[in-house]
Amino acid sequence: MSQTTTTAAVQSACPECDASVSFSRAPLNGQVTRCSDCRAELEVTSVSPLTLELAPEVEEDWGE
Amino acid sequence: MSSADRTFTASVVGGSGYTGGELLRLLCAHPGAEIGQVSSRSLAGQPVHGAHPNLRGHVDRLFCVPEEIGACDVLFLCMPHGRAGAEIGRWMGLAPLVIDLSADFRLRDPAQYRVWYGADHPSPSVLGEAVYGLPEVSRGRLPGAGLVSGVGCNATAMTLALLPLARAGLIRRAIADIKVGSSEAGAEPSAGSHHPVRARAARTYSTGGHRHLGEVFQSLGELDLDATLTAVDMVRGVLCTAHVEPTRPVELKELWKLYRGAYGGEPFVRIVAERAGANRYPDPRVLVGSNHADVGFAIDERSGRIVALCAIDNLVKGAAGSAVQSMNIALGRDETEGLTFPGLHPA
Repeated sequence: MSQTTTTAAVQSACPECDASVSFSRAPLNGQVTRCSDCRAELEVTSVSPLTLELAPEVEEDWGE
Repeated sequence: MSSADRTFTASVVGGSGYTGGELLRLLCAHPGAEIGQVSSRSLAGQPVHGAHPNLRGHVDRLFCVPEEIGACDVLFLCMPHGRAGAEIGRWMGLAPLVIDLSADFRLRDPAQYRVWYGADHPSPSVLGEAVYGLPEVSRGRLPGAGLVSGVGCNATAMTLALLPLARAGLIRRAIADIKVGSSEAGAEPSAGSHHPVRARAARTYSTGGHRHLGEVFQSLGELDLDATLTAVDMVRGVLCTAHVEPTRPVELKELWKLYRGAYGGEPFVRIVAERAGANRYPDPRVLVGSNHADVGFAIDERSGRIVALCAIDNLVKGAAGSAVQSMNIALGRDETEGLTFPGLHPA
């Protein structure tokens, strides 16, 4: 029996700016990517349904 | 036949200043433009590259006196404020399209001109004919126009920073903090432009009521908006950081939607509001020499205040670049012709 592999891009919305975020391969839990619009670092927190959350980032602070 | 195949002759009145030089720089690389005459009363008979050394080998012309300017297809006026207003009839007789880069035809209403420039307009009947030369707000009125105004550089930065918010009725009150480069002051030296005074400056020179506000109100409608302007250590560039008290609480995603909606189809406006990297928000330094305007925004979660930003090169998007973009539209050409290059980095 042959298996069919789907190659359609998997998409979700950036939780920061609502831009479309696509994955060319099925995303994995814990995978990190960046939104191409706002460049937020995003973590895949669930694959079914696909859920993206902002990954913690180091803040820039020059206010010493 | 594409628009690039059709050529036109463009002459410049008052071509020795910074906006005139910038205009010539853009026109000499424009695929349809042939530079006609360039006038300067004080430099008549001298080569253009004497005033604009970057144009050596690109603009092979001698300055003429203004009276020698003849008929052409497009005539740019780069004279000091007040001159074009008094002489506009003569110049409009020489070309079917006149673009005045001074402040004389930016405001349509003679009463508003009096408010912001402190004098009656010398040709008030012509004001209604002029189209404000910022395509992002007046693109629909530009095709076929006979008289186009230039834009104020600070006005351009304020307008583009605030336009999506103003259209959405989100501005209860706003203060625009504007940092400007030294080329805004023009090519004529002054006490304020003397190098020991101007270099390393972070000098606020206008705390409110700047005349460019009149242009912003004309473009965006009456707003509770004021501006402070500070001279900083740049040659080119304007950075407008507008602090906006919104009419209601707003979330960041809504701002993305508003700015994408306003600027998604604009060829020269880019949204820069990133969470990572060294250039998260607009920076005029990366726009040096380019016709792009970078806009950005953020929300202060504690107060709900919106911070709306816009950076431009004051001599390009804030003057000559918008003029060429407007010219392209007025002539029915591709709007981006001669303007598609990026800025310098590092600069």
